[in-house]
Amino acid sequence: MNAQLQATGSAYFISKETQRPEIHTLSVLVDNEPGVLARVIGLFSGRGYNIESLTVSETEHEKHLSRITIVTRGTQHVLEQIKHQLERIVPVHRVIDLTVRAAELGQDRPLERELALVKVSGTGDARVEALRLADAFRASVIDANTEHFIFEITGKVSKIEQFISIMKPLGLVEVCRTGVAAMNRGAQGM
Amino acid sequence: MSNGQNETGRREMTGAEMVVQALKDNGVQHIFGYPGGAVLPIYDEIFQQDDVEHILVRHEQGAGHAAEGYARSTGKAGVMLVTSGPGATNAVTPLQDALMDSIPLVCITGQVPTTLIGSDAFQECDTVGITRPCTKHNWLVKDVNDLARTLHEAFHVATTGRPGPVVVDIPKDVQFARGIYTPPQTAPRTSYHPQVQGSLESIKEAVALLAGAKRPIIYSGGGVINSGLEASHLLRELVELSGFPITSTLMGLGAYPASGKNWLGMLGMHGTYEANMAMHDCDVMLCIGARFDDRITGRLDAFSPGSKKIHIDIDPSSINKNVHVDIPIIGDVAHVLEDLVRLWRATVKADKKALYPWWEQIAKWRARDSLAFKTNDDVIMPQYAIQRLYELTKHHETFITTEVGQHQMWAAQHFHFDKPNHWMTSGGLGTMGYGLPAALGVQIAHPDALVIDIAGDASIQMCIQEMSAAVQYEAPIKIFILNNQYMGMVRQWQQLLHGNRLSHSYTEAMPDFVKLAEAYGGHGIRCDKPADLDDAIKEMISVNKPVIFDCRVANLANCFPMIPSGKAHNEMLLPDEATDEAVANAIDAKGRELV
Repeated sequence: MNAQLQATGSAYFISKETQRPEIHTLSVLVDNEPGVLARVIGLFSGRGYNIESLTVSETEHEKHLSRITIVTRGTQHVLEQIKHQLERIVPVHRVIDLTVRAAELGQDRPLERELALVKVSGTGDARVEALRLADAFRASVIDANTEHFIFEITGKVSKIEQFISIMKPLGLVEVCRTGVAAMNRGAQGM
Repeated sequence: MSNGQNETGRREMTGAEMVVQALKDNGVQHIFGYPGGAVLPIYDEIFQQDDVEHILVRHEQGAGHAAEGYARSTGKAGVMLVTSGPGATNAVTPLQDALMDSIPLVCITGQVPTTLIGSDAFQECDTVGITRPCTKHNWLVKDVNDLARTLHEAFHVATTGRPGPVVVDIPKDVQFARGIYTPPQTAPRTSYHPQVQGSLESIKEAVALLAGAKRPIIYSGGGVINSGLEASHLLRELVELSGFPITSTLMGLGAYPASGKNWLGMLGMHGTYEANMAMHDCDVMLCIGARFDDRITGRLDAFSPGSKKIHIDIDPSSINKNVHVDIPIIGDVAHVLEDLVRLWRATVKADKKALYPWWEQIAKWRARDSLAFKTNDDVIMPQYAIQRLYELTKHHETFITTEVGQHQMWAAQHFHFDKPNHWMTSGGLGTMGYGLPAALGVQIAHPDALVIDIAGDASIQMCIQEMSAAVQYEAPIKIFILNNQYMGMVRQWQQLLHGNRLSHSYTEAMPDFVKLAEAYGGHGIRCDKPADLDDAIKEMISVNKPVIFDCRVANLANCFPMIPSGKAHNEMLLPDEATDEAVANAIDAKGRELV
C-alpha cells in the first residue's frame, strides 16, 4: 500500500520493506587525496549501506583522479540515496550507477570483470585435474613447483566463484581477489 | 618572476601568520577559542594584531557553540580555534551540531608536528579521522604552501551550498614553517559546485500545482534562514500573494513572522494542532528548505497521505530521503523563490476566495487552542513565564537561544519570532549545553542587543562555565532558567513510556543559581511567585551584566500538545486530554522503540 514509503535508516521506518533489494555497480570519480577512500567507505558504514565489492585505483595520473568501483545492494530508493550521499562528498566529481546506465542503453548489465589469484597445492590426480580445469577456465599458471600452482583467472564474478568452488576439493590453499572493475559498453565515457 | 597583477597579495610568511591573514581576508572579526601546546604559534600571531578579536572560552565545546550562535545570528561563518588532542575531541559535539543544523562553522585545530604524527605523541589524536563523519569536509595540512589555499577553500565549503562545519588541522611545524601566502581568489575545486539555480521547468510545474490547490500549505525550515534575508522576504511575498497558510520547523522560526495572519505556529511533535492537522489534510504541500525530519513527520506511512508534495532544497540527498515528493526543486531557496514568485505574478490570478473553506477549517482547528494551559496564582507555570518574557522583551532587539528539553519547546511555542536569525537552538542534534555559549556568541556579534538563553535547570549545568567568559567580555547575556528540578523532557518520556518510573531524572542537589551567578561575577535573580515575575524580568533586562535568572516553575508541568512516537499528525495528544491515563497509554509497543 505504501509504495512510496522507503527505508531511511531512521527509527521511524517501522513498516516492512516493500521493494526488493537489487545489486548495482557504481563508478565514483574522486580526487586522489588522503582520506578520500575513508570518506567513501565511512559513508557506507555510517549510514548502514552494504559494500559487496570495492576496487580503487588512480586512473588519471596527471589530474590525480581515482576511480572507485563499488558493488552495493539495496532497494531502488536506497541506491538513489547512496548516489546522492556520495555526490555530497567534496572530493567526489561524479557518481554513475553503471547498472542504471546499462538499462538506459538497452543493455543487460555493465561489463564487470574481476581478477583472482588462486593457490592450489596437491600431487597426483588432483594436481592434474586442477591444471586441466584451469585450462578449461582459461586461467593461467603464474607460479608452480611440484606441489602447487598459482592460477591467475580473470572474468565475471560468477566464473571466478565457480572456479574457486571447483578448486576447493583439489587442494585450494588461498585466494586473493581484486574486486570488480566495471564500465558500460559503447563508445561513450562516464 | 616579477610582481605582476597575479602576484597581488602573494608573500612569504609563516604558517601561523597565514592563519591570521586568511581570517582577515575572509572577513573574520571574531574567533572563539582556547589555547594549547599545538596552537601556540597561532596564538602568538593573534597576540600581535588587533584586526581579529579572540574570545577566550572556558571549554572547547563552548567555543564551538559560541561560534554557531555567532554564525546563526549574523549569516557569516563562525570560527573556532582549538588545540590538538582533547581540544579537538571537545570540538566534536559542536561540529556534529553544526552539521545537523547546517551552520557554517570553521574549526581550526592544532596538531602535533608532522614528524610525530602516528607516534601516539602527547595530546595527539587522529583529528581528521575523528571529525570526518561530523564535518562537511576536513583537511590535514602537511605543507605550509598548501595552507592558505586550504583555509580559503574551508571558508568557501563551509559557507556555500548547504552550509556546514569544516575542520582544518594544522601540525605545529607547519605553523612555524615559512611559505607563500596566496589570497582567496583561486578558483574553487572542480569537484565542488552546489546547484543554486532551480530548474525552471520544475518551478513552472510547481506554480501550476500550487495555483490549483484547494487546501495548500507551506512548510518552511532552517534552509530559508540559511539562504539569507532575501529568502525570508521572498517567502513573505509568496505567502502574501498566494494567501496560503504557513507553518515552520523549529529551525525555521522567524522566516515568516509569528505575527503574520497566515501563520499557523510551529509544526511537528510539539507543534500546534492547526499546523499538524493542516499538514495532514492538505492537498498540496510546499516544503521550503526543510528535510522531513522524524520530529516533523511523525508516523511516515500516515504523513500527509492525500497531498502532492513540492520540495525545495539545495541538497539533492534531502530529496526523497524520508518522504517521496512529486516535484523536487534542487537549488538555493532565495534563487528558487525569486523565480517562483516571478512566475506566480506573471501567470497566476490569485483566487483567494477558493481558499475560504480551507481557512474556515483551519479556524476550527485553531479554536481548539492547543497551546492553552491553566494559569495559577501560587506557582509560575513555565508557559506563563515564557509568555511574560516575550511580552516584556518584544520591543527590544531580542535574540533567543535555548538549551534542549521542555523549556526549548515552550520557548518555540510561546515566544513569537518576527525576524529571521533571532532564534538559535540545537534542533537536529539536540545538544543540552548549547544555549549559554551560543548566547555568548550572539552577544559578541550584537553587543547592544538583548540576548536571552532560555534554559532548563539540567541543561544549563552542561556548559555553565561559559558564565566566566561572558563576565570577562562584559557580554550581558541573560540566562532565564525554567527551574523545575527535573530533566523535564526525560521525565515526560518516562511518564509516557516507562510507567512513571522516574529513573535518574530528578536532580536532588541543585546549585544555588543566584549565588552561582554572583560567584562568577554576574547578577542573580530568583523568582517563584507569578505576581513578582514581571518586576523580576524587568530587573533582569535592566542589569547590564550577565544574569542568571532562577525562575522556579511548576515542577510537574509537561509539554503539550504532542504527537506521541509512532503516531500520525492527526493523533495528537492535546493538553486538555492529557490525563495521567492518556499519557500512560499514549504510545504503543512499536512507538516505544522510537526515539
